[in-house]
Amino acid sequence: MSRSSSPQASSRALAAHFASTRRDFLRTAASLTLGATVLGSSRLLHAVAMPKRKVIVITFGGGARDQETFAPEGQENIPHLMRDLIPRSTFFSQVVNRGILGHYVATASLATGVYETVNNFASLPPENPTAFEYFRKDLKRPASDAWVVAPSNGFNRIGESSHRAYGPSTGARVILPKHLLRAANAGGQDYEHLLRDNYETPLYAPQLSGNDFEVEQLGRMLKLSVDDFKSRARTLSSPDELSVYIVRQLMRELAPSLLWITMHDIDIAHAGAYSLYIDGIRRTDRLCADIWKAIGTEPEYAGKTTLFILPDFGRDADDDAGGNGFQHHRTGDTLSRTTWMMALGAGIREGVVFDRPIDSTDLVPTLGSMLGFTASYSQGKPIQELL
Amino acid sequence: MLPADLKPELFAAYPPEAKKLVVGYVPTLQRLPLAYVPSLLREVIEYDFKFPAERKALEKELASLGSLSPEQTKVWFQSFAQIQLSPDLEKSDWANAPAQFVENLSSHLWTTHQLDAFRTAALDYADRLHAVMHAEPPVVPRLGITVIGQGVGSAEEPLFRKLRPHGAYFTNVKPEGGLQALLKACADRAQTHPIPYGHWYIDGGDAAVHDAALTCVSYGGLGPARAALSEKIRSDIERPGMGPEFLRTLMARLRPADLGFSAADDPVLDRFQVKLLTEGSGTQIFSTTFTQWAAREALRRAQPHTLLVRFAPRQRQKPMNEMLAAGRDTADLDPAGSLVDGDMGAYYNWLNLQRLTGAEQSSSVVWFEGHNEAVALGPALPRGTTSNASASLEQLLSWAA
Repeated sequence: MSRSSSPQASSRALAAHFASTRRDFLRTAASLTLGATVLGSSRLLHAVAMPKRKVIVITFGGGARDQETFAPEGQENIPHLMRDLIPRSTFFSQVVNRGILGHYVATASLATGVYETVNNFASLPPENPTAFEYFRKDLKRPASDAWVVAPSNGFNRIGESSHRAYGPSTGARVILPKHLLRAANAGGQDYEHLLRDNYETPLYAPQLSGNDFEVEQLGRMLKLSVDDFKSRARTLSSPDELSVYIVRQLMRELAPSLLWITMHDIDIAHAGAYSLYIDGIRRTDRLCADIWKAIGTEPEYAGKTTLFILPDFGRDADDDAGGNGFQHHRTGDTLSRTTWMMALGAGIREGVVFDRPIDSTDLVPTLGSMLGFTASYSQGKPIQELL
Repeated sequence: MLPADLKPELFAAYPPEAKKLVVGYVPTLQRLPLAYVPSLLREVIEYDFKFPAERKALEKELASLGSLSPEQTKVWFQSFAQIQLSPDLEKSDWANAPAQFVENLSSHLWTTHQLDAFRTAALDYADRLHAVMHAEPPVVPRLGITVIGQGVGSAEEPLFRKLRPHGAYFTNVKPEGGLQALLKACADRAQTHPIPYGHWYIDGGDAAVHDAALTCVSYGGLGPARAALSEKIRSDIERPGMGPEFLRTLMARLRPADLGFSAADDPVLDRFQVKLLTEGSGTQIFSTTFTQWAAREALRRAQPHTLLVRFAPRQRQKPMNEMLAAGRDTADLDPAGSLVDGDMGAYYNWLNLQRLTGAEQSSSVVWFEGHNEAVALGPALPRGTTSNASASLEQLLSWAA
């Protein structure tokens, strides 16, 4: 229980300060324009329907604070986002997550547009339909057109919900690169540096069956031999690098229209070493840029893909006596709930920043408006500035 | 069971001092909402193993609650009373297992979207309590010292960036005999103001030679306890049905004797050290995490007048099982990363010192060990300034005071 005099008030003030300084910096350093002045013309941009649009969503996780990313003192940690991506994006400086701040349940909430309440550490599907289910059912898309690449075994049920109107076989296929690597390396002792399941409960990984299916994914779907996969993994230094490698393979071989990647290296912060947390942010920044480059070079994606990048949530504020700063996301304070989002690529106006608060549940209905499905059960609203 | 059903005999299993304390306040507790009472009992049940400052604060809190009229009690706790609890929470043995209740309550609050309401209630309560409890100023202005960067040749990035705006940055500090000078300054304060658990020395490696008047905790000194804990974790996770929540519960039940502490040791300090290892996240594997968390907990709980914290290199990041098993002699160290960890840790030490009484008079010095760089913060030092003048660490301490 916090004993400080008014940490909540000071957190709010700090959040407001970051929001304004970040916005001002972005306007000058990255040549962004205040969103409200261009909203009208932005709508005109989208008056013509875009055929065969693709969407990629990256969750910049797990959990990054403003002051280590877009606040002035944090921008050195995200050079690729600042230099290459921000100027080409529409940027939302206040995205509020009002749900449970656990990575699986928060990502599930992002994917359903409803604040989910499933157990963060149990292997359970979301209770509400996911974007992948809306997308496939409404648009009659095949299973190969929606994929999730996720960081840990706990995410294996995120592709489809337990909702009675949707559910089994109507959602996305989920690929767990670490599980894939473990299956490909059955019995071997290598790759331990890539295989830690998660950082919140680092000693545990929910057990999954189906190694045969996993290895089969490599050959049949990803056109990748087990030996090539293992050889490539040996050169990688982090689980998120492994995820991005798989993403590149998916883009090349299957070119799904809806692709969701959950990054997780940043969550090493739970171990309390600030330098490792910063390393995670810098790596995630670089990997986001790699995916953006891939979008530009893959023929199936170039010119018709919209990319979303957003953290699932922040982390606790330094000045909240109830927490321990960057290490966790347990207090539910303002900074841990407030993050950012950028959208860039096809149909997106470049160099615009919007300060109005949006909700993290607004993502799914926005994807629906872009791709042509209706997120009937979502609590969010389509983000008009992107439509 | 609800608080209104509390009876003195329900506390029979509490440690002796805690039992004596709580039975005198049963009528008071009966008037309070269930959303609050276990949080208080979680502190009470540990009373026998608390530091003097914590004991005094708890006694004052209970006395303040006991002095409230029924109307005042209603006003103070109306927000807590509005929190909706589950039947399972009500049925649990929260009087005897308050920590377990609080953990389950946390999960319940997140799931039912009541966390913000609870947070508001807690802050409101803390403000009211703060207003009626007259915090005693320290007998001497508090001093916090943090030493970072052991084993680092040169810093890759500018140091003290978060602290410089709040104090004076010195670029020409004489490093010779620095650590000994800082330890001597702490020892002098401990000798002049002998307060139980009032003067601390925390080291992220092996403790340097120091005055016995200092309460000392070191990561190196806890090597056998850490090894015993790692062994327990390794064997426990193999047990059928084990999961993260149950493992946490088992770790919370560990007592000093389980990790090899001698019965002849200081039971209060031993319990504190066990909690650092069993309740801190990452404290078992990274010495920098241990050091920062130990300093945070010492400041929060013991409220020391003097605190010297020395960071040491942590082991390099490796797979979890390997890090848990790493012997001290074989660990591959990461001094550069540890410097970054320590720099942030120094900032947190300063923030946590500012949360204690007398903050406006407290002073802090942070030194890059073996080098010429330091930052000093205190009422007499100008903020956001830089000095290139040659200075000893003793001079910095005197200027900051």
